[in-house]
Amino acid sequence: MRIRLLSFMLLASFFGNPAQAAAKIEHWQTPQGSRVYYVHTEGLPMVDIQVAFDAGSARDGYQFGLSALTSVLLDTGAGQWNADDIAQRFESVGAQFGSSISNDMASVSLRSLTDKPLFDKALETMQVILTSPSFNEADFQREKNRTLAGLKQQEESPAELASIAFHKALYGDHPYGHPASGEVVTVSGFEVADLRSFYQQYYVAANAMVVIVGDLSRQQAEQTAETLVSGLPTGQKPELLTEVVMPVKSGKQHIDFPSSQTHVLVGMPGTYRKDPDYFALYVGNHILGDSGLVSKLFDEVREKRGLAYSASSSFAPMLRKGPFTVSLQTRNDQTGQALEVLNKTLADFIAQGPTEVELIAAKKNITGGFAMRFDTNKELTSYVSMIGFYEMPLDYLDTFQQNVEKVTAASIKDAFKRRVDPQLMQTITVGGSDKKSEK
Amino acid sequence: MNYRLLCAVLLWLPVFASHAATTKVSEHVLGNGLKVLVKEDHRSPVAVSQVWYKVGSSYEPGGITGISHMLEHMMFKGTDKHAAGEFSRIVAENGGEENAFTGEDYTAYFQTMEASRLAVSFELEADRMRNLHLLADELKKELQVVTEERRMRTDDNPQAKMQEHFNAMAYTNSPYRNPVIGWPSDIENYKVEDLQAWYQRWYAPNNATLVVVGDVQPKAVFALAEKYFGPLKPMGDRPVATTTLKPQAEVEQVGVRKMTVRLPAKLPYLVMGYKVPVLKTTQNEWEAYALEVLAGVLDGGSSARLESGLVRGKQIAVSVGASYSLTSRLPSLFTLEATPAEGKTVWNLESALKDEITKLQINLVESDELQRIKAQVLAKAVYERDSGFYQAMQLGMLETVGLSWKVVDEYVEKVNQVTAEQVRDVARKYLIEDKLSVAYLEPLPINGNITEIKTSIGVR
Repeated sequence: MRIRLLSFMLLASFFGNPAQAAAKIEHWQTPQGSRVYYVHTEGLPMVDIQVAFDAGSARDGYQFGLSALTSVLLDTGAGQWNADDIAQRFESVGAQFGSSISNDMASVSLRSLTDKPLFDKALETMQVILTSPSFNEADFQREKNRTLAGLKQQEESPAELASIAFHKALYGDHPYGHPASGEVVTVSGFEVADLRSFYQQYYVAANAMVVIVGDLSRQQAEQTAETLVSGLPTGQKPELLTEVVMPVKSGKQHIDFPSSQTHVLVGMPGTYRKDPDYFALYVGNHILGDSGLVSKLFDEVREKRGLAYSASSSFAPMLRKGPFTVSLQTRNDQTGQALEVLNKTLADFIAQGPTEVELIAAKKNITGGFAMRFDTNKELTSYVSMIGFYEMPLDYLDTFQQNVEKVTAASIKDAFKRRVDPQLMQTITVGGSDKKSEK
Repeated sequence: MNYRLLCAVLLWLPVFASHAATTKVSEHVLGNGLKVLVKEDHRSPVAVSQVWYKVGSSYEPGGITGISHMLEHMMFKGTDKHAAGEFSRIVAENGGEENAFTGEDYTAYFQTMEASRLAVSFELEADRMRNLHLLADELKKELQVVTEERRMRTDDNPQAKMQEHFNAMAYTNSPYRNPVIGWPSDIENYKVEDLQAWYQRWYAPNNATLVVVGDVQPKAVFALAEKYFGPLKPMGDRPVATTTLKPQAEVEQVGVRKMTVRLPAKLPYLVMGYKVPVLKTTQNEWEAYALEVLAGVLDGGSSARLESGLVRGKQIAVSVGASYSLTSRLPSLFTLEATPAEGKTVWNLESALKDEITKLQINLVESDELQRIKAQVLAKAVYERDSGFYQAMQLGMLETVGLSWKVVDEYVEKVNQVTAEQVRDVARKYLIEDKLSVAYLEPLPINGNITEIKTSIGVR
């Protein structure tokens, strides 16, 4: 194990040009096959730790919300401790613990001071949560009820309703198609045994990744990773998620809602993490709708016409094609006009691509602001987590600027033409109908 | 087990407290009254620069509520030197991130850039501090934008809307009764002249604080500030806010206030607020810190009383929280808010929350409870230093409300000095019925249905 690790690191240093490294990511595997990613940072006596599993909502099967509720239950009881004991153990040493899920990933995270007695207490607590969660019936019932209340509350938000309908329109029955927190009918049917078996299947060493960013030595980091995952059964990685099936034609859906604004979402499945088109799409979208106060969409919708407070577009790269989303919110009776501006801006961009001037400005913004992307441990942790989880090259950050520089106006135009098709675009509107709100 | 842990924390406290307070702030006041604060943080080649103006919604008279926020939007609309939108374009081209925010007590503008480009930010900010163009056409469009912003933030969000009504009831004449974004009919009727007058009254070097945190040397920053901001003319010869602002002191509340807000929503919701002093206005500084600790006893994490007792123990709430803002400019509210669990009501919640208050008034908080809050405060003081932006926020806000940035350094120690008796005393003095306001959200049905436009749905 050690030897393999060593040769790997030599390779990394040979190609990675560590003299100019954005962040030196060290990587190894624990004996049971958990991947570990570690960055040493100095200056603050603190550390951020994350243990992540391929166990996000995409692993729910037909039990929508199972991944989320399993994650919620983790710190409500573990080993000999109940929820109060666990909370007190963390908070008495000033540590911050959390568990969360996304479509692809389930993770537990800890932010702690590195002072030994404090850190040890926090780490021990995290380890017990990971390896021996109780899944008590009483805690389960309570958290299930809270989840159901949360689902109910989503129905008072036009933004949430739009997002749920949007994912369904884009992905249908694909595991990305349902809301991560589930649906009332599915969650109502859960039993505590469902959570326990989800945990047993997915929270295993072979499916685990550990991220450590902070003021711990390499040796401390190794021990920390070992402590966290050695108690997990080895288990196995789940099968790869199925590919996204693209929509076959465009669709439009309106949900009536008694709000003063209509929320508009337009999009289709977009890009994935290891997509060869990723950088072209990323830089292109930066120009189109993702550069704060200067993007084309922002300019057309807000600056020129005052139609909305926010107007933007985004690619959310995931293991499989995550959504490409264009969004805005506008007064109900302006919805038609705003949609027209949105669609025209998008169609023009696909047809013409960016100008050289726009491209240069975008590159200057992206590369000039590169250091700000991970100037806090928090941001660095989330980058390292992304690199680790999706098994991106360890020099991802070091080569990021280079990859951006390589993008040309032609490659953006080409990528958008192939990947963003107005004929397949799904449009969701949620709000009051035009007539009612006209004054 | 518990005891050993406690010792560890106690032993480690003073050592750590000194560690947490090692980064120092350098201060310099330009001839025109602009105060410049610099905090070095060399972990990354980045600097955040923020300009804080002493003006916000609590400075606004009736009829033009929200005008500070409107002016914040207009500050991106051009000057003598730069056309509308150019500010943002230049910042973007320099790899910068930028935006602005308005609160009750402040309006602030920021750029984060690679540290070597600080001059770019200074030049632009100095320019718009005194040379803004306020044009009727731009205002017309931006009024629409702000109206959409209000719809999104407040009008279509039942809890936010209830909060707005609640503040208007809880405060009698304090300007905190008005929403930061402004009342709809005020927003509709801003004129260019209103904005011009507001800009001229408040936007001057002697009403602003410049804060820089990052990979910089204080002396170099002061020189740069001198170069770009130094030539700006001040407004009169004294700090603007302290000489021209009326106090608008809230009259004493003389009995409990209650309201029901009926809105399309799915869940009921409860907000309670007690009138309390803040650090700036209190006669006894310890009272503000004791209220801060009290908020921690109730809501300082998952082990605190509300989450432990009401969400888990009695299972009466699905969510619950307490908050207190130590650093407001004017006396404020100690707020409790909660959403009832299925089968429970806002009235069940209200009485459970009052029981918690009563407990605090009768019994002293346990020493391990107190210790836990202090340990968290101490740790947070370290975690906060992970973010230059947050550190700049703290310094800027404290200066702008009229406290000193030095409060940041004292904070951990002052919290540490709070005793169980002091927590009980502030609960007895301030968390009483006569100072209380309560609002209940009564959900009205939401009728919606889904229409497919044309017949196609996309997938497969």
